[in-house]
Amino acid sequence: MNWLLALPILLPLLVACVTTMLLRRRSAQRVVSLVGMVGQLAAAIALLVTVYQQGIVAVQAGGYAAPFGITLVADLLAAIMVLLAAMKGTAVVIYSGASIDREREAFGYHPLLHILMMGVCGAFLTGDIFNLYVFFEVLLMSSFVLLTLGGERGQVEGAIKYVTLNLLSSAIFLAGAGLLYGVTGTLNMADLAVKLPAADQPALATILSMMFLVAFGIKAAIFPLFFWLPASYHTPPAAVSAIFAGLLTKVGVYAIIRVFTLIFVHDIGFTHNLILALSALTMVTGVLGAAVQNEFRRILSFHIVSQIGYMIMGLGMMATLAQSDSEATRAAVGLGLGATVFYIAHHIVVKTNLFLISGVVERLQGTGRLQALGGFYRAWPGLSLLFLVPAMSLAGLPPLSGFWAKFALVKAGLQMEQYAIVAVALVVGLLTLFSMTKIWAAVFWSPAPPQSPMDADSAEYRRAQQGVGMMLAPIVALACVTIALGLAIGPIFEVAMQAGEQLMTPQLYIDAVSPQSAESHQGAE
Amino acid sequence: MKSIILRSATRYLFPIIALFSIFLMLRGHDEPGGGFIGGLLGATCFALYALAYDVATARRMLRVEEHQLIGIGLLFAAVAGALGLVVGDPFLSTYWTSEFPVPALGQVKLGTPLLFDSGVYLTVVGVVLMIIFALAEE
Amino acid sequence: MEVVLAVVIGSLYGAGLYLLMRRSLIKLVIGLALLSQAANLLIFTAAGLRSSQAPLIPKGAAAPLGEVADPLPQALILTAIVIGFGVIAFTLALFHTAYMRLGIDDVDQMQATDT
Repeated sequence: MNWLLALPILLPLLVACVTTMLLRRRSAQRVVSLVGMVGQLAAAIALLVTVYQQGIVAVQAGGYAAPFGITLVADLLAAIMVLLAAMKGTAVVIYSGASIDREREAFGYHPLLHILMMGVCGAFLTGDIFNLYVFFEVLLMSSFVLLTLGGERGQVEGAIKYVTLNLLSSAIFLAGAGLLYGVTGTLNMADLAVKLPAADQPALATILSMMFLVAFGIKAAIFPLFFWLPASYHTPPAAVSAIFAGLLTKVGVYAIIRVFTLIFVHDIGFTHNLILALSALTMVTGVLGAAVQNEFRRILSFHIVSQIGYMIMGLGMMATLAQSDSEATRAAVGLGLGATVFYIAHHIVVKTNLFLISGVVERLQGTGRLQALGGFYRAWPGLSLLFLVPAMSLAGLPPLSGFWAKFALVKAGLQMEQYAIVAVALVVGLLTLFSMTKIWAAVFWSPAPPQSPMDADSAEYRRAQQGVGMMLAPIVALACVTIALGLAIGPIFEVAMQAGEQLMTPQLYIDAVSPQSAESHQGAE
Repeated sequence: MKSIILRSATRYLFPIIALFSIFLMLRGHDEPGGGFIGGLLGATCFALYALAYDVATARRMLRVEEHQLIGIGLLFAAVAGALGLVVGDPFLSTYWTSEFPVPALGQVKLGTPLLFDSGVYLTVVGVVLMIIFALAEE
Repeated sequence: MEVVLAVVIGSLYGAGLYLLMRRSLIKLVIGLALLSQAANLLIFTAAGLRSSQAPLIPKGAAAPLGEVADPLPQALILTAIVIGFGVIAFTLALFHTAYMRLGIDDVDQMQATDT
């Protein structure tokens, strides 16, 4: 138990130490990095199996009892996210073996990747709100450096906006955590869930919830706080874009879900309806922004925003609990939350895959602009079919994972009679399909433009082709995961539904962290 | 800055500041101090060398490269936290030996927080020196 | 005392946000630094100003004698200061690189990566 919860944080740290000391030796770094990431994947699988069988597991770091010590706690949502992060990390490490240049590796690309992984897994597994801040900062700092490593013009410009807005979010988060401590006297999330209602200051609690929504919203890129994302995500190399796209915003979404299902549930009518409205606006602005772009990765960056809207839609639909607390509503809310968990899982895989494919395309043809690309279907038919899998999954075509995720969200919405948001979700799905077919038509289906390096069969084209085999391996693996998620939907959705159930009942979380305090609270009443 | 006063002063100040930084680190558990401030001071004495002479001389004084200091420091901290896992206790558990007398120092206790703090010290020295050397070389 | 501190924190936040919205890069960095200092002071004030005795237990005792300051917000602020130090160092290096690479000090003109 102690090993399981500490390993996803400890292992990337150790790998980062070792790779830092091996900075001059490129191949040794890559081997250690890959071995470490595969070990992380194994640890994540072990964690998920344990949490699925035993329920929520918690351990006190340093042996200090809750609520004074820091708890490391894994419920199903956290375990699923750790597994997805490890899967994605493995794919990106294999991909970056072929695509990251020597200079970036000499300046610490691999250690930074593992520190990023440590920050992400730490944020998922911690049960203390200030520890969450610290892990957010770890992950933020390493993402800053990864974004600017290489120092190209676009990277530096994008980084200015990324850094400024994310530092603003950190300052607001810190202030919110400090105020939360001032109101309740504790920082442990399970204890906060008990002490915040007991403090009986509903107005202050709502203000704090809005502060946290803004802080996590900037990280998660919801409307109107997402404008740093399209300005910066398309600038670094494709492997870095891929790791950002699938992971960083999802940590923000995880934090929103955790805080708004566990701690700030006193005023669901206001807070969650606001989240619902924001999710609709996020979906619409994201997909409309993508429709006007003409570059492969910029379109994908806007789509991240739009899909984030879907993820918090499931959380926002919890607002119906304010109107009616019936059994049917609770079941529908559980379905909505389970659908959200599955949506996050499906989206991480699909988005990583799309960014990796865009990296391959840009490497082969040297540019990302849609007008300058073309002819891939004739030259690389396998890659074109591999693009179709995540693209159609993103748009929501059966039998891929995206269809089931959207279907579950829509069904939950209809059961809760939230017709407006369901209509928005369906329309945005159509517009997503439009975007994906636009990319397909421009990049893969249309004939190659006159000056394309592919037709010329030049020396640089042959050089670009050399590493592509290793870059294609993780793309194939992720496409298989998407297809598997779609075909084996029964058992996988079962796990997601259980995760949703755990989110609906915060008492399970509180009991897992400090069983004796829960009993003493009941005894005192 | 090629000033003879600064150079001579640096040569005498270097061991004093270095010893003071280690003193601050060792003191940190029961009194104000700690790994972070000790590391900052430790980096200061090398930075002083970089100012008085040049970065290459300071690097020679340091003997190891800064990024290796960071790696070693983090490794110490991670090992100090992981020691508990081997025995079966939670992550970051602390273990202390009993007090034993050392001739010149009196009663001395050793423990995993000391290892952790030394890791923090080395990491901070590495980070600050990396920043200072990079900025000074530009 | 809290009123004075609240006014100070408010003015720090105000100054920080005002500077954050200026066009010059240097003012942006100063604004970020002021924001993080304001957040630190906010933690300090929100946790309650009880006493100024150091939260240490004398040798042989089991509990602190008399009323001591709360050690937890001190630890929070220390962590936040350390994080802020690293972040400001990186931000300064980044903005210096941006100025060298792009040749302009005006945020409004850096729109090449925007939509």
